[in-house]
Amino acid sequence: MSVTGTRLQPTIFELGRPGRGGGKIPHPPKDALDRIPAASRRTTPPALPEMNEPDVVRHYVNLSQLNYAVDTGFYPLGSCTMKFNPKLNEWAARLPGFANLHPLAPDAAAQGTLQMLFELERALAEISGMRAVSLQPAAGAQGELTGILMIRAYHRARGDAARDQVLVPDSSHGTNPATASMAGYTTVTIPSAEDGGVDLDAFRAALGPRTAAVMITNPSTLGLFESRIGELLDAVHAAGALAYMDGANLNAILGRFKPGEAGFDVMHFNVHKTFSTPHGGGGPGAGPVGVGDTLLPYLPEPRVLREPDGTFRLERIGERSTSIGRMRSFAGNTGVLVRAYAYICAHGASGLREVSDDAVLAANYLMSRVAEAYDIPHERACKHEFVASASTIKHRTGVRTLDIAKRLIDYGFHPPTIYFPLIVEEAMLIEPTETESVETLDAFADALIAIAQEAEATPELVTGAPHTAPVRRLDEATAARHPNLRWKAAPAAMMPCPG
Amino acid sequence: MHYGPHTAADRARMLGALGLSSIDQLFDDIPAALRASKLDLPDPEPELELAARLSALAARNRTDLASFLGAGVYRHWSPPAVDQILLRGEWYTAYTPYQPEISQGTLQSIYEYESLLAELVDLDVVSASHYDGAAATAEAALMTCRQTHRDRVLVSRAVHPHYRETLRTYFSGGLQLEEIPLVAGGDAAGTTDLDALERMLAEPDRPVAGVIAAQPDFLGLLEPMPAIGELAHAAGALFVAVVEPIGLSVLAPPGAYGADIAAGEGQPLGIAPQYGGPYLGILATTDALVRQIPGRLVGMTTDLDGQRAFVMTMRAREQDIRRDKAASNICTNQALLALAASVYLTTVGPHGLRDVAALGAARASELEAALAAVGAPRIHPGPYLNEFAIRVPNARLIHRRLLDRGILAGLVLADAEPGDTSLADGLLVCTTEVTTRDEIDLFAEALAEILGGRPAGVEAGAGSGGSALAGSAR
Amino acid sequence: MVPTDLHYTKDHEWVRVDGDEATVGITAYATEQLGDIVFVELPDVGRSLDQFATFGVVESVKAVSDLFAPVGGEVLETNAALTGQPELVNSEPYEGGWMVRLRLADAAQLDELLDATAYDALIAAG
Repeated sequence: MSVTGTRLQPTIFELGRPGRGGGKIPHPPKDALDRIPAASRRTTPPALPEMNEPDVVRHYVNLSQLNYAVDTGFYPLGSCTMKFNPKLNEWAARLPGFANLHPLAPDAAAQGTLQMLFELERALAEISGMRAVSLQPAAGAQGELTGILMIRAYHRARGDAARDQVLVPDSSHGTNPATASMAGYTTVTIPSAEDGGVDLDAFRAALGPRTAAVMITNPSTLGLFESRIGELLDAVHAAGALAYMDGANLNAILGRFKPGEAGFDVMHFNVHKTFSTPHGGGGPGAGPVGVGDTLLPYLPEPRVLREPDGTFRLERIGERSTSIGRMRSFAGNTGVLVRAYAYICAHGASGLREVSDDAVLAANYLMSRVAEAYDIPHERACKHEFVASASTIKHRTGVRTLDIAKRLIDYGFHPPTIYFPLIVEEAMLIEPTETESVETLDAFADALIAIAQEAEATPELVTGAPHTAPVRRLDEATAARHPNLRWKAAPAAMMPCPG
Repeated sequence: MHYGPHTAADRARMLGALGLSSIDQLFDDIPAALRASKLDLPDPEPELELAARLSALAARNRTDLASFLGAGVYRHWSPPAVDQILLRGEWYTAYTPYQPEISQGTLQSIYEYESLLAELVDLDVVSASHYDGAAATAEAALMTCRQTHRDRVLVSRAVHPHYRETLRTYFSGGLQLEEIPLVAGGDAAGTTDLDALERMLAEPDRPVAGVIAAQPDFLGLLEPMPAIGELAHAAGALFVAVVEPIGLSVLAPPGAYGADIAAGEGQPLGIAPQYGGPYLGILATTDALVRQIPGRLVGMTTDLDGQRAFVMTMRAREQDIRRDKAASNICTNQALLALAASVYLTTVGPHGLRDVAALGAARASELEAALAAVGAPRIHPGPYLNEFAIRVPNARLIHRRLLDRGILAGLVLADAEPGDTSLADGLLVCTTEVTTRDEIDLFAEALAEILGGRPAGVEAGAGSGGSALAGSAR
Repeated sequence: MVPTDLHYTKDHEWVRVDGDEATVGITAYATEQLGDIVFVELPDVGRSLDQFATFGVVESVKAVSDLFAPVGGEVLETNAALTGQPELVNSEPYEGGWMVRLRLADAAQLDELLDATAYDALIAAG
């Protein structure tokens, strides 16, 4: 039985028929567009489908049912923090006062939102031990770029043009080196130590007058806390470089570790991970950045300021000449940030600390169960996620992590993150989060163990999986070699616009 | 207290299985000197109280105004079907479709979005979307540099100031960004100066990678896009058109006038203003440039049984695989907003979309006449679709007085473009299909009174919150 | 056993020499590691390559790999068939899946490469 619905759908282009739909918008006067010069006018209308509302609704409802989602079931994607998305937050974001506010509205008309943003910045600063936060970046990757650009501005202001390298561990998320490249830096990749942590000696050897920054994820992408982080940060600063923390794994350390206090100069937050804003099928998210004193002058503009009389305003562009400028249009993904704000307020200090406690406990418990049938590369307590490996299974049976992942679908689960981090062979990165019951954790572990047994006894069941999903494994090679990225129908007769 | 299910008994059971007595032991690997000081945040707020406080916060925003403010974000009627579909948990709580077998909903909806936008922009390839119009424009600019192996990009001063500021940030590493001036007077005032562009393209030893112009431009005016494109191509540069999707139902699309890349903001397609986002960055290009386009792409394929299906494709371009060699670090796409745009477009339909654009234009004609009649004429003479700049003396003060009367009279241009003295007394106003005749009359009458010096009664005094006048330049 | 008339690099490129021209591709082992090849990025004709410098990129569905020149020289021709049929690299790695043809700058550079026996030993060692 499929874990999702199975009613595959034609495309909207196949469903549309000339003459269907309408009734949403009043008819304009016939001469409305007469003053637009013919040279600027469109000569062929866009071939958009004509559908009536019932067919539109049925199409999108049926499509939605082909999706697995957090609201459907367990989604143990390591590094993604697929926790429950609170429904209060959806309600809050849709309050007309928040939803209908134009981003260029005068400050006097935007006091509610400006206050919310100000309080959210303060809360994130407190959580991270940072001095100040910018809520502007639209996503984690954009937050990373913001952070690295601030570091670049800092070195430029010092007149230090020699620093052209960024150091990252080989376990880093791909966005880290991609970000460094976007900012004009060369990435130097440092191999990790045997125990999965940063190799302090290797970092020390690579640090020098050409190092602008290091980018560290803590806990690491292996789900392990970097116990040597204090020494690493000392070495980084001694070399005249700055330390960036990728905050993707913040769900592990709320109330336990504050990166700013420990010595990180800058970090980003993924509010769509730790702070529960929904993933939306791939976005939107938001990637606020927190900074210490060193980088404070360089934060993007405009910041939200509180006046002595208690009202709030946005900085004027150019008011703070050291800012690196804008990363994007308008203030930020405020609609997403409202959700994060509501989440933080609902939890408070005690609730947030409990989130990390339970996330870490659940991950360790699940790891102990999964260890019954899979390799666990690092023999120490994990944080909110852990890496398991199907390496032994592969050598014994030929069945790979990819196959095991696909077979989990037949058991009713979304697979974990696979083949990341790159430094573990046949990796599965598993992150249960704090919002899953022990029963769910056990059921998932039982499924993984059963699949390991299938790999021995009936491997074709695993290598041919999934068998129950709406579609089977896809031909990704043809899709990449001969991409079909656009529906191209034969030109159909469209009814001329009425009136 | 959080949303998780663990009771004391659950925790005890899990700890027992691990042979531990306390969760604290799982954090022993944090060096003592680095353990956090306490979290200085308020106590948890029960839902009932939090909801009341959130309502009160939202109510402090003035969203009841008669708004003529556009400048890159536009009020449109979003059919309720859009949001009700978006509220399905299978859409908004799903993740990136890395496991395509159980993500066909998201994947097909993105493919349909790509196809719908391809029709609107009349270009072959549309990415699964970028953060917003500004990021999309920046990525487009970077594409021109990569493709041509040149490092100089020209952007019209009539492109949205936020987009130009964002470009400046993205280009601050050694790529060169220059602004093309605008025509100062005459029929083409407020649009890109073609003579200046030609001179900039002809500078010896400084080849240009890309030329960027917007249609309509930030001031609402229609630009000579084919001419700009010809000049760019003659110099071996690529042409990037910044577009607005509703207008594309009635204006010539980028594909028709030879643009190589189109970028723009998809917010008008059924997405609420939300004070800045999340929005929908549109990025599209020709087949020839498909390998340069950053971000997600979804394509059609078949499964093992020959069943048609959809999958993320050409993945090896992206950051998780290419890492430091990726064209962009982008990981997210605005999937849920792309879905909103698709539902909007299919619900409103092609005729409805055209009516949205035409109604906005009709209202704009009415507004232009009404405002000119009370002494606030347009600054520029050229054609526009539904947005234009008017001149009023002391624009900032007038804007404030109108705000006190419940009218959001567009954007104070002196704040948005402080360097342009021709806009010093300008307000950028727009209308859409939701603007009513009553709102237009209200605006015109209030303006008449203010300009005539006769207050209509007691002025609102401190108004709604006494801080700085005028929308700060942001 | 890989073709004996070719020379190999430790990064799994091969080179076939014919007079002063060298044809370059990647080995069957490389294609097995990469999986289905979907795209090959090749240099412009006329470009001058140094030995062991990167001359292009090969993409599979889920991976990407730099291509390193076994020998230096000027690019005379690239395999146009790979644009429409990248799968040739998988099906005919030593024949139809060739990538670039160079004018061999320095025949002595071949001495730095592995012969078939040495390459087979390399991949057997894993």
